[in-house]
Order: sequence, then C-alpha cells, then structure tokens
Amino acid sequence: MTASDYRKDFPLLQNEDTIYIDNAATAQRPQAVLDAVKVFYETENANPLRGFYPLSLKATESCENARATVRDFIHAASKKEIIFTRNTTEGLNLVAYSYGLSHLKAGDEIAVTIMEHHSNLLPWQMVSRQTGAALKFMECEPDGTLTDETIQTVINEKTKLVAVAQVSNVLGCVNPIEKIVARAHEVGAVVVMDGAQSVPHMPVDVQKLDVDFMAFSGHKLMGPMGIGVLYGKKALLEEMPPFLTGGEMIDSVTREGAVFAELPYKFEAGTVNAAGAAGLAAAIDYLNQVGFDFIQKQELALTQRAMEGLAKVPHVHVMGSENPENHTGIVSFTIEGVHPHDVSEVLASDGIDVRAGHHCAQPLLTYLGIHSSTRASFMFYNTLDEVDAFIKSVASIRRRMGYGE
Amino acid sequence: MESRSFYNEILTEHNLRPEYKHDLPDANIVLEGVNPNCGDDIFLKLKVENDVIEDGAFVGDGCAISQASADIMLGMIVGKTKEEALKLGDMFLRMIQGEATDEEIDQLEEASALKDIAHMPARVKCAVLGWHTLDEAFKKAKENSAS
Repeated sequence: MTASDYRKDFPLLQNEDTIYIDNAATAQRPQAVLDAVKVFYETENANPLRGFYPLSLKATESCENARATVRDFIHAASKKEIIFTRNTTEGLNLVAYSYGLSHLKAGDEIAVTIMEHHSNLLPWQMVSRQTGAALKFMECEPDGTLTDETIQTVINEKTKLVAVAQVSNVLGCVNPIEKIVARAHEVGAVVVMDGAQSVPHMPVDVQKLDVDFMAFSGHKLMGPMGIGVLYGKKALLEEMPPFLTGGEMIDSVTREGAVFAELPYKFEAGTVNAAGAAGLAAAIDYLNQVGFDFIQKQELALTQRAMEGLAKVPHVHVMGSENPENHTGIVSFTIEGVHPHDVSEVLASDGIDVRAGHHCAQPLLTYLGIHSSTRASFMFYNTLDEVDAFIKSVASIRRRMGYGE
Repeated sequence: MESRSFYNEILTEHNLRPEYKHDLPDANIVLEGVNPNCGDDIFLKLKVENDVIEDGAFVGDGCAISQASADIMLGMIVGKTKEEALKLGDMFLRMIQGEATDEEIDQLEEASALKDIAHMPARVKCAVLGWHTLDEAFKKAKENSAS
C-alpha cells in the first residue's frame, strides 16, 4: 500500500482539490469513521448507561467497546482508567481542577516545559494562582532538546506535578518522557503528559512510560471533533474529587449530597459523546490497520523531503532539530522579510493549507526570539508530490512579495 | 502551477518600501492599534492642527496587508481635514464589506488595491487596522479635549 492508496479512504481528499498539510491542527477523517458515527445514530442511538431497554443497552455497549479499544490502543491497565472528554484541553483541565487544586499548596512547585501548548500551560497557571504553588519552566535548547541537567534541576524536592508534551506542536521534537517520569517519581511528583501530537503518530504505551495522566484528542487521530480521552492511573483517579458534577456520574443523590459513581463514570458528568466515541474507536481501528510501521516510515519520508527542499530555498529557516526523525511530521519555518500570515496566504492561493501564527505556544516562540512562524504538518496520506508542490510555492514567495530574485 | 496571488505591486511596494513608516516626534495624537489574533501591532502618530492632519506616520510590526494598508492610508490623509479623513475611512470600510460604489472605490485611489480582501474574511482585520486606529485616535482625542 502507498499513501495514494490510503487517500481513497478519505472523502475530503477526494472531493477537495487542496494540499492539506495542516494535520497537526486536525487530521482528515476516513470513510470508516464517518460511517461509524452514522451507524451509531441510525441503529444504536439512545442515552447510554441509563435505559434498560435494548436500544440503550446497545448504545452503552458501543460506548464501552470504544473504551476498550482506547485502552488497548494506549496500553492502559483497565477500562476504568479511560475517561471520555471533549478533547485534550478538557482532559488537562480536568486534572488541573480536580487533582491540581486538591493536591497542591503554597511552597509546592509545578514544572512545565517552555514548549507547552497553551492548553498544557494555562491550567497550571490557574492552579498556581489559586493554590500559591510556584510554576517553574524547563527551558529547551534551540533544537528542542531538554537536557538531563535541566530535568534534574527544575524537577526537585518541591515539585509535586510535572506537565509535559510528548511531542511539541511547534518543533515536533519528542521529549524524553522516561527520564522526566523517573526524576518526577524520584521526588514524589506526578506527571501529566499531553499526547495530542504523539498519539496519532507513534505507538504510545502509558504503562511503559509510567506517566500518571495522559490526554489526547480524537480529531487529530482522524476521529470526530468533540471526543477526547484522559488516561489516569486508577489509584490517583479514585481519590480525586469530581471535575464536573450532575447527571450520569452518581450512584445516589439525597437533598444534601451524593455518592459518586465508580470510575470512569465519576468523571463523565452529563451524556457522553457516544457517537464520537464510536467514531474514535473506528479511527483507532483504521489507524491500526494502516499500522505505525507505515505511518512512521511515510511521515519520515515526507519530513525528510520537506526539510531537504526548504534547506535549498534562500532566506528560509526551519525551526527545531536538524534531524527529520525528531520532527514527528511537523516542519515549522520562517522566511526572512515575509510575515507568516502572508506566507500562508500565498500558499493558500496555490491551494496549500498550512498554519501560521504562534501555534498556541507563545512562550516558546518568545523564548526562541520568533514572533510567529508557518507550520506544515504531515500525515501518512500526504504524498511526496504534495511536498514538492509545497516547496515550489515556498520558493516563489519572496519574489511574489516584491523582493528581487 | 503558480496562481495569481492577492499581493499586487501596490501592496508589496508599500510593504517593502513604506513612505510613512517612521517616528514622528512632534505628533500630538498617538494611538496603538492591535490585532490580538495575528499580532499585527502599529502605533499611529498624527500631528493635527485646527482639525487638519499636517503630518502623520506609523511604526510597528505585522503582515504585509496591515503594514501596506497603513502606509497607503497615511499617504491619503496627510494634508486632509479630520472630516475628510474619516469620510475616506468610512468609504474604505464599506469597500472591504463589498458595499462601496465604483465611484467611491475610484476615490480611494491606491487603497482600492485592497478591494479583493472582501473575499478573504481572515485578513479583513489586517486591512482595516490602520483605518480603525485612525477612527479610534480621533475619538480618544475628542474625549481628552472634552474632559
């Protein structure tokens, strides 16, 4: 199978004459995912977990099967550790509001990396403000590397929580999660991992990594928008207070109080996005079918081609590592004298979709001394021809913006 | 194949070689205009005497559209009365919304190079930043003189 074969599975890629290389923002969906959502609504739709009639049991079963698919996919120990959320942001906020506010206090420290997406930074700024715990930053080298020394110094005896992305959404670098977890656990801190950019692109085993929490989004993994997952170790989740309260998360309610439901339902207040869960399971099945061997091989080939091509264009600078293997399909770049919004506008006029701006990681860009950048991000269904068209367009930009040849 | 991009010569010229992008030490009205979403950021500086814009300039950073549009605007409003400048601003905004007449678009001279931005909703804010800041600057100046 080649990328071109897989493209046939994606209606949007068939219908739209566009070079979609903004996959780090959201992926496209294969027909199997669209079908799964449709099948749920056409044949299984009822409110899951509550009704006793066959249809509701079918809805419940669909949802629980999806939970099992996610458990197997990220190698969690139990279905109880898989909480359905809307997206990564909601999962990280759940940990911040529930675990963070109840476990941190003045004198404690929270360690985050400078390259976090705002969604893995702002919740910890909130916890810091409300509890008095200090927020400390692990700063990376220009290529994205977090040195052993940084990890050892910033994570210290005062640290109670470490928040880190497995893959940076700007640099694409893979962070040394094992080292960070080892150091964090040595000092008694928990680790919250943002898996938004890693889970769709590499095998992730939460037990092997030994992270305490991990959040990811369905939509970056070809699933529907509005469904995401929070993984948490059972022992931690069990003693945490609920994040949202209300329906479907209780065993019994009196005038004065309530007994909360067991895991994972304690953290799934309100009707869950069951159709989204069915779609996410279909996306995981599809991804497994393609296989990470092909995904990683193809995405590396695309990244290599893009980095080689961009290196030949004068005035273009690629951010992050020089090694394509440490980019996870993400290539952020700047063009001297051309604002990234103009770069993406010219690319758009050539039918190429990229992201421009600060990529929701302003502290990183400020730290690297860059105001904003343009980002191309590849998925296994992209082709080398698409990369070549992208490079050709990039090479024309300065001329089209009025600079001489 | 390379398609025709929105960036025509008028825009790229004003972006790369702006005439009014410099400091103006004797300005008596200064206002910052920002597009928080994209980070366009300009300081509009005007020297206004008896409701006539005697001189004007801007400094700042941003995309070609925001910078060129501000430069074109200053070329049009320096020497005009406040009233005339605001009228041009109103025409410009209506052109961007696709509501200006051909005659009005003619009156906008070089600023009409931005006409097609009506079809680019994501970039409208960049094009109007200068004009919007001009409007705000006069409002602020009026408030200050009233208090």
